[in-house]
Parts: sequence; structure tokens; C-alpha cells
Amino acid sequence: MTEEFLRLEGINKVFGTNKVVSDINMSFSKGEFISFLGPSGCGKTTILRMIAGFEQPTSGKIFVGGQDVTHLKPNERKLGMVFQAYALFPNLTVADNIGFGLKIARTPRDQAAARVEEMLAMIGLAKFGKRYPFELSGGQQQRVALARAIAPRPTMLLLDEPLSALDAKIRVSLREEIRSIQRELGITTIFVTHDQEEALSISDRIVVMNAGRAEQIGTPFEIYNRPATRFVATFVGTLNTLEGKVQNVADRVVSVDGQAITLPALPASAQSDAPISLTMRPEAVVLGKPNGQDVVLEGIVSDVSFLGSVIRLRVNLGSNSLSLDTFNDQRSPPPALNEKIKVSLSSSDILILN
Amino acid sequence: MKTSRLWAWITFIVGAAYFLVPLLATFEFSLRIRRGTYSLDAYANVLSDPSFRASFTYSVVIGLFTIVVGVLIIVPTAYFVRLRMPALRPFVEFITLLPLVIPAIILVFGYIRLYNSTSILPFTGSAIGTDILLTLAYVTLALPYMYRAVDTGLRTIDVRTLTEAATILGANQAEILLRIILPNILIAVLSGAFLTFAIVIGEFTIASLLNRPAFGPYLQLVGANRAYEPAALAIISFIITWGAMSMIQLLSRFAPKTVARPD
Ligand SMILES: Nc1ncnc2c1ncn2[C@@H]1O[C@H](COP(=O)(O)OP(=O)(O)O)[C@@H](O)[C@H]1O
Ligand SMILES: [Mg+2]
Repeated sequence: MTEEFLRLEGINKVFGTNKVVSDINMSFSKGEFISFLGPSGCGKTTILRMIAGFEQPTSGKIFVGGQDVTHLKPNERKLGMVFQAYALFPNLTVADNIGFGLKIARTPRDQAAARVEEMLAMIGLAKFGKRYPFELSGGQQQRVALARAIAPRPTMLLLDEPLSALDAKIRVSLREEIRSIQRELGITTIFVTHDQEEALSISDRIVVMNAGRAEQIGTPFEIYNRPATRFVATFVGTLNTLEGKVQNVADRVVSVDGQAITLPALPASAQSDAPISLTMRPEAVVLGKPNGQDVVLEGIVSDVSFLGSVIRLRVNLGSNSLSLDTFNDQRSPPPALNEKIKVSLSSSDILILN
Repeated sequence: MKTSRLWAWITFIVGAAYFLVPLLATFEFSLRIRRGTYSLDAYANVLSDPSFRASFTYSVVIGLFTIVVGVLIIVPTAYFVRLRMPALRPFVEFITLLPLVIPAIILVFGYIRLYNSTSILPFTGSAIGTDILLTLAYVTLALPYMYRAVDTGLRTIDVRTLTEAATILGANQAEILLRIILPNILIAVLSGAFLTFAIVIGEFTIASLLNRPAFGPYLQLVGANRAYEPAALAIISFIITWGAMSMIQLLSRFAPKTVARPD
């Protein structure tokens, strides 16, 4: 992308004897929307808190706009932050909450008032300025928290699981709102979440974290389609795993439940008769053999779930089984339970994870 | 069901009688200064006594200073203990309970020994110095109540997250305490203040041994020399204390609400 804006250089964080963040080296461009994605306890919040200045890295440096900010106090960093628990000031009205950062910065009164109005309009709560936080729903409170973070024009926006306290419907609409506001302002944003769908849907790039390490950094497309590690592949999206064994190293043939599959390549360590795991996304597998897929497998339909626009089938191959999605087509009903069917896929869509 | 209700009522009536009978008896007695008829003359005597006004005013002023000094010491302490040193909380709580365990008479003898006119800090060498010492002694006496009130107030808000939210918006510690923490625990602080006030108004031991013209020693003086006026004074002090307590009750209704409405 364009010029580097935020750089994390050799960041490690140890709490007592517990190493929580290891060797984080990465940089982000101005205006990027970055998600840190990973299971609970993997160190996402700790990284965010180090960027905010609430925690000091045990080693390593943080640069913002080329300046080393590692030892700046949090109130000197000009950042905006949104917390999972809203954290609105209960004693202040919505307007005063949003104007708090401006007041602290001694912004002239009329300028601050105009900015607060602008922010209220941005989050669609123009008439709510005089209310108190306890008079708002969770979704409204979180929008106020977002406006409060943005009002003083911070250099970066940090969001720590801002949606996880909200119910499903509001979660989706608010994440779209956050993304569109972020795009409009062009503000560099770090978004922490444990929800892979959330991360995939709104990020420019995703950092997938596991046990304090960054497993992969990439666009949602790359993360989903070309997972770098087994952890990324299994944590992001659903995945079919077929256990087979190598049949012929020279011809790159493996067998799964007696059916032969020719792969574009085998891992260098492959040996005849050694077990091997093949993985693939459900959407890589199609019913029948519509257009030139080079791998065809036969199996028995063991489950049909109708999900609306999509039908998810489960196909039993013997000791392995496979999920696949097909679009609902009014003219052709899905296969019946226990029907013998053929499914196919491109061998290039098969991932071999070690 | 019925019998348990009955027992609850009996317990309540016995308990209420335990408090009310002496109070009513005192009140009735305070009205009998004139032979054969009830009158408020005892109250008139008390209220028109210049030493009543002087000692009462003195105690009110000392009470106000005690509240201000107490709030300035206790609010930041309770806040920082909660924020930075949560492990120290049991220890600090124990310290704040000490004034309940150490009798006031021990405290004041300690003060007199430590701060007499020949010591490095000769508080008792002058009247104003002794007033300061008395105020500080009252801060100590009020500590258990004030600390508990403030700590209870802090428990109703998420001190850490609110502090972090204000910090990242650029606020420093003083601004956070003044603009965010104090307003959110104001009701709790005020309850502590009224309790402190009630304690200071009636305190006798320390004021008397430091020889200050406070309301407590005045009560004692009148009690030793008059018959009906002490009863009137007891009722007046009771009304003041009770007034302070009902202010606490009233204020707790205005405590800030922090619960979010569900979506
Ligand atoms: N202040 C702290 N002291 C000790 N351990 C901590 C502290 N903060 C976080 N941890 C530990 O660090 C690990 C990562 O925590 P966190 O960054 O909050 O994870 P995440 O946000 O990914 O769920 C957890 O095991 C947590 O217990
Ligand atoms: Mg977290």
C-alpha cells in the first residue's frame, strides 16, 4: 500500500513468567483497517494496550508516523479507543461524553460544540445529545463511544472487541457502520476480535494470532484461501479434512478411502504408505462434475441441511466424510439421503497442512 | 405463615420500643421545666444561651474542615488503591478500621504527648494549632466511615476502564479524579460527609482533653449543672444527627445509574 504509518518492531511481552506476546514484527499503512484475530487469551488485547500505552512492551519498539512512541504516556499519544464495555462516563450526557476529549484539549467552546453536533449526526443520534448513557441501548452506547473516540481527531483508532457485548443483529449493522465511518475518515484502525466472520468482513488486512504469535498477515482473501498454517486454516472458516495415505510418490498420487487423487505436488517429506491429511473448503467441492474439475470422488449422502440460498450436504466416503455447499436451485431438488453421488474439485484447491 | 408474621411484628415492636421509649421519656421530661404544665422553655433557654451558639458554631466549622480534609485524603487514596494496588486493599481497609479499635482517649493522650508545646510539631502550643490538631483527630475518627462510603461508591463504577477511557482522551490524573471519578461517587462522598458531621458534632473526649470550646464539652457542662436543659439538648442533638442520616437516605436516591438498557 502507501507509506508506512504504524510499525511494531520486535515486540515481546512477559507478565511474570508468562510470555503473552512473542516477536511481533509488522507495519501498517495510513488508512488501513487491520484486524487482530485469534482465540481468547492469545494476546490481542495486550498488543492493543501496548499500542495505546497502557502496557509497556518487555522488549521492542512501537513507531507511529516514523516517531518512536514506545515510552510516551497514553494521554500523550492522541489515539482514539473503544472498549468492549462501552466505558461511557455515567455522570456526563451523551454530548459531554463526546466532547470530553475536546474539553481536555481546551478546544474553544463553539468549535467543540460544532464538532459534537457533527459527531452526533455521524452516528445517527442527533437528538440524543442531552440524554445520559444509562438511557441508551448497548448499540447506541457503543456508537457514542465511537464518536467520543473520533471527536478529537485521533491519529489512530483502537477497537477492542467493541461488538462482542451486543446481540447478533446489531453486531452486523454496527460493524458495517464502523467500517463506513472509517473509510470516510480514512483513519488507521486496529480492530481486535475473536470472531473470524467479523474480521473477514470488514478488514483490509488480518493478523491471525495464536498463543502470542502472529501466524499470518494478509488480506481476508489470502487468509481464507491460502492459510499459511494449520491453525489459520482451521480457525478461519470451515474446513474439510480427509485422512489418506501416499500411494505413489513419483506420480503424486494419494488414496482416500480407496479412491485415488493426483495432487499438483506432494510435501518434500512424503513417503510411500505414509499418512497424509488433505484439506479443502466446503465451497471448493461441487456436486457432479460440471466443468473440468480434475478430482472426482464417490460417496453416499449422509446429511442434507437446507440453509436457504445454500444447501449444505454431507457426503460419506468411507472412513472420511466431506461437507459441501451447493446453491439452492428451484429447478433441481438436492440429492436425497443415502443417494450415491459424485462430487468433484480442483486438485489446486487442496491444501496439505503439516 | 401467619405466626412468622406475628413474630416479625413482635420483634419489630420490641426493637422500636427499645429506642423510642427513652427518647420519648427524655422529650417528655424536657417539657416539664414549669411545674404542672408542659412548655418549651427549656429549649428557649438552650437556644438563647450564647455559649450554646458559640460551641455549636465552633463544632460546625471544625466539622466542615474535617470533611474537606477527609475527602482530600481519602478519595485519592481509595481511588489509587483500587486502580494501582488492588492487592493492598485488605491492608488499607485494616488501617482504616484502627480508629474503631483504639479508644479516643488513647488517641488524644498520644497526641498530647507527641505534639505538646516542647515538641518538634507544637500543635498544642497555640489555639489555632490545637484546632488543627482537633480537625486532624476528627479526620482519623471519621476514617472508617468515610473510607467505606467512598470505597462503596467506587465499587459501583468501573474505575479502571473509566480511567483508561479518560486517559486515552488526553486527561491527566487530576482531571480524571475531578471530572470523572468524584462526580460519579459524589453521593457516596456526601453520605460519608454527613456521617462525619454527625460524629464531630457529638464528640466529647478529644475536644475536652484538648480543651477546645466544642459542642460536646458544652453538652457535658450543661448536663452537669442543669436539670431540664440537658434533656432539651439531647433532643436537639438527636434531631441534628437524625437529619444528617436522613440526608444520606435522600441522597442515595440520586446515585448515578450505570446499567445499560438491553437492546
Ligand atoms: N495485567 C496482566 N497481568 C498478568 N497476565 C495478564 C495481564 N493481562 C493479560 N494477561 C494474560 O495474558 C494473556 C493474553 O491476554 P489478552 O491479551 O487479554 O488476550 P486476548 O485479548 O487475546 O483474549 C492471558 O493469558 C492473560 O491472562
Ligand atoms: Mg481481549
